[in-house]
Amino acid sequence: MENKRQDIPAIELRGITKRFESVVANHNINLSLKRGEILALLGENGSGKTTLMNILAGIYKPDEGSVMIDGEPVTIHSPEDAIRHGIGMIHQHFKLVDVHTATDNIILGTKDTGFFLKKSRHNKIKELSEQYRLFIDPNKKVYNMSVSEKQTVEILKVLYRGADILILDEPTAVLTPQETQKLFEILRHMRDNGCAIIIITHKLGEVMEISDRVTVLRKGESVATVNTKDTNAKALTELMVGKAVELSIDRPQRKHDGNLLEIHHLTVSDENGVDKLSDVTFELNKGEILGVAGLAGSGQKELCETIAGLIKPRKGAVLYHEENIIGKTPAEIIKIGISMSFIPEDRLGMGLAASLGMTDNMLLKSYNKDKGAFLSRKEARRQAEGLIDKLEIVTPGAETPVRRLSGGNVQKVLLGREIDSNPNMLITAYPVRGLDINSSYTIYDAINKQKEKGVGVLFIGEDLDVMLELCDRIMVLCGGRVTGIVNAEETTKEALGLMMADAVKKGEGEQ
Amino acid sequence: MKRSGEPLIRVAKKTELSGGRLALFSLLGLCIAIFVGGLFILTLGKNPFAVYQSIFMGAFRSPLAFQGTIKIAIPLLISSLAITLAFKMKFWNIGAEGQIIMGGIFASYFALFHDGLPHFLLLLIMLIAGMIGGGLWGLIPAFFKSRFGTNETLFTLMLNYIALYLIKYLTEGPWRDPASSGFPKIATFTANAQLDKILGIHAGWVIALILVVFVFVYLKYTKQGYEITVVGESENTARYAGMNVSKIVMRTMFLSGAICGIAGMTQASGAAYTLSEGIAGGVGFTAIIVAWLSRLNPFLAVIFTLFLSVLQKGSSVMQSAFGLSTYVSDVLEGIILFVILGVDFFTQYKLIFRGAQKHD
Repeated sequence: MENKRQDIPAIELRGITKRFESVVANHNINLSLKRGEILALLGENGSGKTTLMNILAGIYKPDEGSVMIDGEPVTIHSPEDAIRHGIGMIHQHFKLVDVHTATDNIILGTKDTGFFLKKSRHNKIKELSEQYRLFIDPNKKVYNMSVSEKQTVEILKVLYRGADILILDEPTAVLTPQETQKLFEILRHMRDNGCAIIIITHKLGEVMEISDRVTVLRKGESVATVNTKDTNAKALTELMVGKAVELSIDRPQRKHDGNLLEIHHLTVSDENGVDKLSDVTFELNKGEILGVAGLAGSGQKELCETIAGLIKPRKGAVLYHEENIIGKTPAEIIKIGISMSFIPEDRLGMGLAASLGMTDNMLLKSYNKDKGAFLSRKEARRQAEGLIDKLEIVTPGAETPVRRLSGGNVQKVLLGREIDSNPNMLITAYPVRGLDINSSYTIYDAINKQKEKGVGVLFIGEDLDVMLELCDRIMVLCGGRVTGIVNAEETTKEALGLMMADAVKKGEGEQ
Repeated sequence: MKRSGEPLIRVAKKTELSGGRLALFSLLGLCIAIFVGGLFILTLGKNPFAVYQSIFMGAFRSPLAFQGTIKIAIPLLISSLAITLAFKMKFWNIGAEGQIIMGGIFASYFALFHDGLPHFLLLLIMLIAGMIGGGLWGLIPAFFKSRFGTNETLFTLMLNYIALYLIKYLTEGPWRDPASSGFPKIATFTANAQLDKILGIHAGWVIALILVVFVFVYLKYTKQGYEITVVGESENTARYAGMNVSKIVMRTMFLSGAICGIAGMTQASGAAYTLSEGIAGGVGFTAIIVAWLSRLNPFLAVIFTLFLSVLQKGSSVMQSAFGLSTYVSDVLEGIILFVILGVDFFTQYKLIFRGAQKHD
């Protein structure tokens, strides 16, 4: 691969257009990528990043436009085809077989000839490991691996297949800041070894740090390609959104005193007896936003669901105004005057009924308030229409199944309903996931308004930068343990990262 | 296309169709099914038009034929409504057969042993007994599912056989008609325990039509109906909204079974005037097809029930008119149903052939 000429782009896309029914996902996109270069593909959710990369990976075929690899036009029919052209995709969700070793996963699906596995596979993996400094234990089973080790295996997997053009889809979403640094080092090293790398992300800080050039997509079009060193985060945001935006989040002064919720020694086990939360103790005050940081699967889900009464803890207490609410059903928790607005992680699976329209979804928690056997939809319809206006929800109508709405709009339906119920406490998990920047700020504002009204907000987040700006305090969870509760103003991203990672190491040590 | 990396045919999900388009698709499916059925008739060397005509005439040619058609339709419609309730909740009740039988058994007890009661009181008691019998048979799998997470499909299926063998036992044992010499059967109901006729057909059809409206209103406008829909969408969402999922599942399955029980009661006291093994006769399974084809809409269920009843009634006439084997009409019915269900696939998916330019 070193012999290929540097001046011919490894990949060049010209005028790529892809439509789905009436929706234009990609329109006339141009992009080029040289070997020895890291290109960041930046764009909001729904801007067409994933569609474009799926075209390169052979999952979709473009309606118009051409794909050139090393200067030659090609048609990529399938993911196999993509690999033949040297394109390897590393998906956000790992596609590994848990019970197999790293080596078994790496060779999985390769089309080497012969009946028996070749001994040489071990050497080849070792060579690749050393060349790209991707160090893993080849005999370790995937289920024993940390997230970043799994990612390393994924990268080795595509390299083993001979890919030298790598596409990484939001690779840092599941990593701690420290693991991210390690990944970036690997990527830089690969770049220096002549690989061409596309990294898809919406985190501006990472774009500035890792990429050589940035291509910005907006509403399915490639609006600009700039050299990273000639730009800055603000300029990139403006390109991405299409207008100037204020990038700071308000943190209004706390106006309320007093304690709302106390959690004591909360321990939750799953059906296999594995502790998902252990000995969690904290308190939430009125008019406070308490952020909960941690890697995915650190017990956030269990924490939310326990407070909402959906799962029973093994031990511990949840005191709301000094009354223990453990053991009460969700309906009772709503009834005794606690209006806990819980926005679950899994929106369509838990917060909403996908086939029903907005009106019927508004009814979900309130349908039983009136007496009588029949439903009254009038109020709910008014509420739905109010939300469509207030939060600018894009839907053909209040009766359209929410399943057909885009992720961001589904999010607004859910959050809107919860805030409309005038809660005393709001639990929200990843409330801006899938939202564009403007909508995200609408949501932050809405949450701040709740805070000013005296509502206690438990904010389960993933973007540390946002949490540092928005939250009053941040609690870090890892492996189901609280590894720290800090004032947001007095801490740094690195400090939070250490707390997140510290617990990860402890967790591994136990296994 | 030089490379062959792309498969010959791919299946892709379509964007959702609106209600109107869906109805159109169902109609199209019906037409294609009739056409394919026609091809089958052609291979037998018969004229498809003549055969279809005789099926149609067979179902409608005389008041008697028409009454026969409706008699087939009544239990089918009632049990498809019962299944609609369960399926709306995504509780895969394939035990309608057993629930019909249990309804029949409970109702027959009063017809056989308490037929001295005043006529309408007796019928009312039989109706309620039928509902309780069917309802309990529906409640059992619901209880075990919400309590122990058992699989409702297997459970309801197995309960069918228990119900069926219970009739056999009763026929040969405790309820055997002493007047029937040698041949084990249950006595014919006295006139007092027979369902009255309205416009020449037993009153089951009125009950069925009332149930159509009831199920429609229940699902669409009541709180309980709303709960069923939400549980069907996602049990987690239901729990999150504070609903008691087990209670809803058990209540709905009792209701579903009870409606099947009504079908059993009307069959015993309106059609057969006795209780026999053939009381359900596969209706509980055909009803699943009706409920599915009508997309759980009670009014569409009326149309599909009529279609299937005409096919069934007319086929028996057709096979004697054309001198065909009894199995031919079964095969024809099978082909038609198969094609309708096959076309249903294309309401959700489409095929993409290799190299096809996609301009959709």
